[in-house]
Amino acid sequence: MSEALAQEGPFMTVTVRIPTQLRELSGGNAEVALESGSLTEVLAALDATHPGFRGRLFGDDGELRRFVNVFVADEDIRFLDGLGTPVADGEVVSIVPAVAGG
Amino acid sequence: MTHVQSLRCRECGREYDVAPIFTCEWCFGPLEVTYDYDAIRSSVSREKIAAGPLSIWRYQDLLPVEHNPAVDLGAGFTPLVRADRLAAQLGLGELWIKNDTMNPTNSFKDRVSVVALSKALEFGFKVAACASTGNLANSVAAHAAHAGLRSFVFVPANLEQGKIVTTAVYGGNVVAIDGNYDDVNRLCAELAGMYPWAFVNVNLRTFYAEGSKTLAYETAEQLGWQTPDHVVVPVASGSLLTKIRKGFNELYQVGLLDDEPQVRVSGSQALGCSPVAAAWLNESDTIKPVKPDTIAKSLAIGNPADGYFALDAVRQTGGGFAAVTDDEIVDAMRLLAETEGIFAETAGGVTIATLKRLAADGTIRPDERVVAYITGHGLKTLDAVVDHVGPTASISPTLDAFHAAFDSQDLLA
Repeated sequence: MSEALAQEGPFMTVTVRIPTQLRELSGGNAEVALESGSLTEVLAALDATHPGFRGRLFGDDGELRRFVNVFVADEDIRFLDGLGTPVADGEVVSIVPAVAGG
Repeated sequence: MTHVQSLRCRECGREYDVAPIFTCEWCFGPLEVTYDYDAIRSSVSREKIAAGPLSIWRYQDLLPVEHNPAVDLGAGFTPLVRADRLAAQLGLGELWIKNDTMNPTNSFKDRVSVVALSKALEFGFKVAACASTGNLANSVAAHAAHAGLRSFVFVPANLEQGKIVTTAVYGGNVVAIDGNYDDVNRLCAELAGMYPWAFVNVNLRTFYAEGSKTLAYETAEQLGWQTPDHVVVPVASGSLLTKIRKGFNELYQVGLLDDEPQVRVSGSQALGCSPVAAAWLNESDTIKPVKPDTIAKSLAIGNPADGYFALDAVRQTGGGFAAVTDDEIVDAMRLLAETEGIFAETAGGVTIATLKRLAADGTIRPDERVVAYITGHGLKTLDAVVDHVGPTASISPTLDAFHAAFDSQDLLA
């Protein structure tokens, strides 16, 4: 994370963890540092800095695809405020494929 | 040889070569193994299967991996037990119990872990890993030990002590996580991207899940190559239910069944963790994740990966669903034990309690041939019944004491 922070400036205080399936969009990086805000804003910023994320994470209906799980500070956003969940300075957003386990 | 063609996304249909991958790179949908069913049809026969080993490997032609004796502890070909006494209690007709407690580590998970770890050796992995609610932990630890693989097994820390001990005894790493299964699962999904490990239910899940089809194959073979009218299956991730249905359909597709199967598939969950049952009962297309709180810990997955497919299978086949209470679970464990001599873990209690409910409300009819899947052994979850059963009498070793405790007329009856 520290390297990414150094590259992208001091205002970017949120870390988004990128699953292996999407690292082609993040230049191979496992984490991307972005500005804090609502989850919607963070994911929009992710797509702005690394184009292509929107189409992969969201369906045509504008909702997150049903096999994409997103966590803020290790909690599933469906237990929080969904895409409106605030992501505070220093918090981590994880994008995780739903299809595991059982 | 296997008859695998490719891996295909169940959501968007994109195809991939065979590899240790489990989700579609485009839409994150789950991948499914595709087979050359014409080739299987030419290769397979009832006679060939009957001459095969008394394990899941008699269905080699329908599995995504070669049999590897280095991993094999003998999973599969468990008894299908006619359950007339339980049927009479529930007002049902022809009822069978598929007793999968009789596997090497006493749950159906041996079917999936042996398939996954056979594939792991094919891919050249040296470390076996899994996220587990207990039964898979037992199975992966045991099969990894047998195969000489290192293992990392991740479980919720609040698991039954029995399931921790029966995993740790095999000597691999057991990592108890301060969190529920869904927390364990998320950690494992992230770890799977960091280490070159064979996570049986993460990066090998596409292959792993295929092992559950053998429960359908065996059921049909044991019924004389006929299918049940109705099956009752416990739902955790939803994979087992989905694969049992797929298994029956495949048998017809490759010519092993004379008639197209019309199997109604019903699902069972514990009320304290019933996201799929809730969607069915509410006629909703959305499965909302939950925080599990139930004694049926092996089914305590609040965010089920295959929930949507399980829901579809139940809807498409005209089955039913129930979400049963912890008290019903314990009562059903005792009912199965007392009527049929089969001691199931809490998940089996969920299944039998659901069978009871669906029989009572007419979803399951007395004219149907019914199979209930009992997926794990009661010795794994003794905590659930320890306060409910015990000695009939505790006496000194004398005839007087015995006769004081029991009515002699009753003893001669």
